[in-house]
Amino acid sequence: MRETPWKRRLLCGLAMSATLVMTTQAADAKKKDKDARSGPAPYASTYKPYPGRPTALVGATVYDGRGGRIDNGTVLFENGKVVAVGAADLAIPAGYDRVDGSGKFVTPGVIDIHSHLGVYPSPSVDALSDGNEMTSPTTPDVWAEHSVWPQDPGFTRALINGGVTTLQILPGSGNLIGGRAVTLKNVPSRTVQGMKYPGAPYSLKMACGENPKRVYGSRNQKPMTRMGNFSVDRQAWIDAKQYMDGDHAERDLGKDTLEGVLKGEILVQNHCYRADEMAQVLDMAKEMGYKVTAFHHAVEAYKIGDLLKANDVCAAIWADWYGFKMEAYDGIPENAALLAKQGACVVIHSDDENGIQRLNQAAARAQAAGRRIGVDVPDGQVVGWFTYNAAKAMGIGEKTGSLEAGKMADVVLWNGNPLSVYSHPEKVWSDGALLYDADDPKRKPVSDFELGQPGEGDVK
Amino acid sequence: MNRLILAILLGAAPISVSAQDFAITNATVGTGDGSAPIEHATVVVRAGKIVSVGRDTTAPSGTQVVDGTGKWVTPGLFSAVTDLGLWDVEAVDDSNDTSAEKSPFNAALDVATALNPASEHIAVSREGGVTRASVTPFNGGSIFAGQGAVIDLGKDAAIVMKPRAFQYVELGESGAKLAGGSRVAAHTALRNALREAREVAALPAGAQRQGDVLVTRADAAALAKVIDGTQTLYVGVERASDIRGVLALKTEFPKLDLVLVGATEGWLVAPEIAAARVPVITMPMRDLPSAFEALAATMSNVGRMKKAGVKVAIGLFEGGNQPRNAPQQAGNLVALTKIPGASGLTWGEALAAITSIPAEISGFGGKAGVLAPGAVGDVVLWDGDPLELSSAPVSVWIDGVKQPTESHQARLRKRYKDLDETYLPKAYDW
Repeated sequence: MRETPWKRRLLCGLAMSATLVMTTQAADAKKKDKDARSGPAPYASTYKPYPGRPTALVGATVYDGRGGRIDNGTVLFENGKVVAVGAADLAIPAGYDRVDGSGKFVTPGVIDIHSHLGVYPSPSVDALSDGNEMTSPTTPDVWAEHSVWPQDPGFTRALINGGVTTLQILPGSGNLIGGRAVTLKNVPSRTVQGMKYPGAPYSLKMACGENPKRVYGSRNQKPMTRMGNFSVDRQAWIDAKQYMDGDHAERDLGKDTLEGVLKGEILVQNHCYRADEMAQVLDMAKEMGYKVTAFHHAVEAYKIGDLLKANDVCAAIWADWYGFKMEAYDGIPENAALLAKQGACVVIHSDDENGIQRLNQAAARAQAAGRRIGVDVPDGQVVGWFTYNAAKAMGIGEKTGSLEAGKMADVVLWNGNPLSVYSHPEKVWSDGALLYDADDPKRKPVSDFELGQPGEGDVK
Repeated sequence: MNRLILAILLGAAPISVSAQDFAITNATVGTGDGSAPIEHATVVVRAGKIVSVGRDTTAPSGTQVVDGTGKWVTPGLFSAVTDLGLWDVEAVDDSNDTSAEKSPFNAALDVATALNPASEHIAVSREGGVTRASVTPFNGGSIFAGQGAVIDLGKDAAIVMKPRAFQYVELGESGAKLAGGSRVAAHTALRNALREAREVAALPAGAQRQGDVLVTRADAAALAKVIDGTQTLYVGVERASDIRGVLALKTEFPKLDLVLVGATEGWLVAPEIAAARVPVITMPMRDLPSAFEALAATMSNVGRMKKAGVKVAIGLFEGGNQPRNAPQQAGNLVALTKIPGASGLTWGEALAAITSIPAEISGFGGKAGVLAPGAVGDVVLWDGDPLELSSAPVSVWIDGVKQPTESHQARLRKRYKDLDETYLPKAYDW
């Protein structure tokens, strides 16, 4: 059998050639740089919600994303916002379309905090592999959004099969500091800006452990060891602080990003598998004055649930991946449930173009594993693992991730319990606009890439 | 365990000292043969084999009875095309025997020599209800990956049921790359290797081969079994036109016993695959055009091929696609039946796709992957619908032997169920 693209990417390429292009800036450009830095955010979102009808979902079991469950519930949304969520007796204003949800389930739109859609799109060819700028162990200057290919068919599959309405696209983990992540709505667009989530904070992707030391160590470069990893990271933060305290006369793209982290404007999403390493990273964050928002791929998080809880850090995890690399050796399916038992924040993530289509199923598997060791996490809380908790850890928890009045009407109507293998999204709304309807063959996006290809418009 | 299977195959009465005679009563039973589950049914196992199954069956007096009330019973899962027993940590090369890029051999490589029954992945898969599997080598530097084996996952030293059960060849985009850069080169390499194998097989004893030799003697000897059809040839292929090219090989080499592996675009050529009576092993939960050879990828692939009469098994379990998650794959195919325009499988068909059908394709039809009289006593007792995400095995028997649930993972979850280190470090909690 051949190796899958999944494996190739996860173990990340060793053969990439290292060409570091240094740029020097002319002195007369310095002032301009300083001005540019304080201007409006570049590459601003141009996303606009599509029109929707005032809608009342009635009769379904509603999971609100924050642990709540309403049987025979009612969800009202209008003008792209959730108007009210309540029981069967909730009054439905005039002019609302009624959607019968009897025997069905409603959740907030699913959110994936860890995706490489667009930067490692389908088809998985070298010409489109733009996720890992492995030319230097620290590349805080690169932005994932400049690599995203909006025509990646993965965006539409995530919507149709996974009920995903929001996702964070991260650079890969070949570097210690990989660059800026971007939060997108997977509403098809001709441009990346048209998918950018309005007002979402940026995140910085960091990685500890095996990948950076392997990528650079194999080139006889620093870092070659875990202590090298920390050394490079710490120096980068020290340099960034110096920059922050300076006059910014000479603009440094990378340090702009690190400064944003130090000021608390940019979140840190840190790829880190091992418990002991996460503990060290938490100390580094304290030493340097920043906060880690979430540890991603944290397969050993269950060993330090107490520490993660005390530091208010989420663990973004798979249900049961393990063993594919040394730092994943101790992965267990009970990870999520044991974290929940400690009161720590759990996010189920995909890091995979197929997994993103079934985050609800991964969460259900993790829940079941917990139940078998006597850790019973209620369904409503488990739905939060792939909705609200993800939103919170992406800095958009005030706007989406749960069904609450005033929030974005990102809503999924499932044809059965989303924690069952037999269920599938039936309708998906993003900001109140119906973007997928299983009963309407044309209410389903087809990317440019798939147009005219075999299976175009197929129910994938 | 292979001695036991050998005994079955030879028609002898298999007797295993540790096999239990038992009956599971009043359970919901999926027999694995494609039929719907039977409620309030009984399964009787004696001397390591299934004796009877059904609603009218009763437990023989004196037999140990397991109350299956509220539970489900299936045959042990059969995982087709896996890397089980070939690695400890995938990315730690020293522990990984899946491929050998620097070996001078390819088709001659025989995974049976490397299989490790004590592998953690075998223990974890067994706990998930997997009792039999086929194991394949991965391609190193050639389109030929080597010879795969059929194994059982019983907790004992005897792992191999059938060594050298099949040869694996990779065509399509990956095969093209392995062969030097094009599909043309891959097909030429394949035909040349088979031709050389035929020549070697026809040589009188002690005779030397003529010049123009590209295939080592060992590789040629291995491929001779493929040409005469005594060893199945698994062909990794995705694109519709590539599948047609594989089916066409039978006109040149009529005895080839082919199995298509992957076949992402199989639904486009399903009638041709069915007519050629070539079975397919595929991974259904792939619906993205991950390569130009997979533009027509859809989760309806399995359902559409099945409808056209193709024998389709769920397989290709490697790395993150774990054998223990086979029921999830099967369950998703059942889910498709509720979606307008999609093609899926019935519950019974879906269970068969991870039990009896992969067993049949692997050469153990009626012997494994099914609860039927005479089949091996591989039985899984589940705490709910086996295809459902919330369900898991309660007990697993292989050849009638109840299997222990011990693994590195099991110990970790026990140790870390709490984080209390008041009196001693966690290292003392074992």
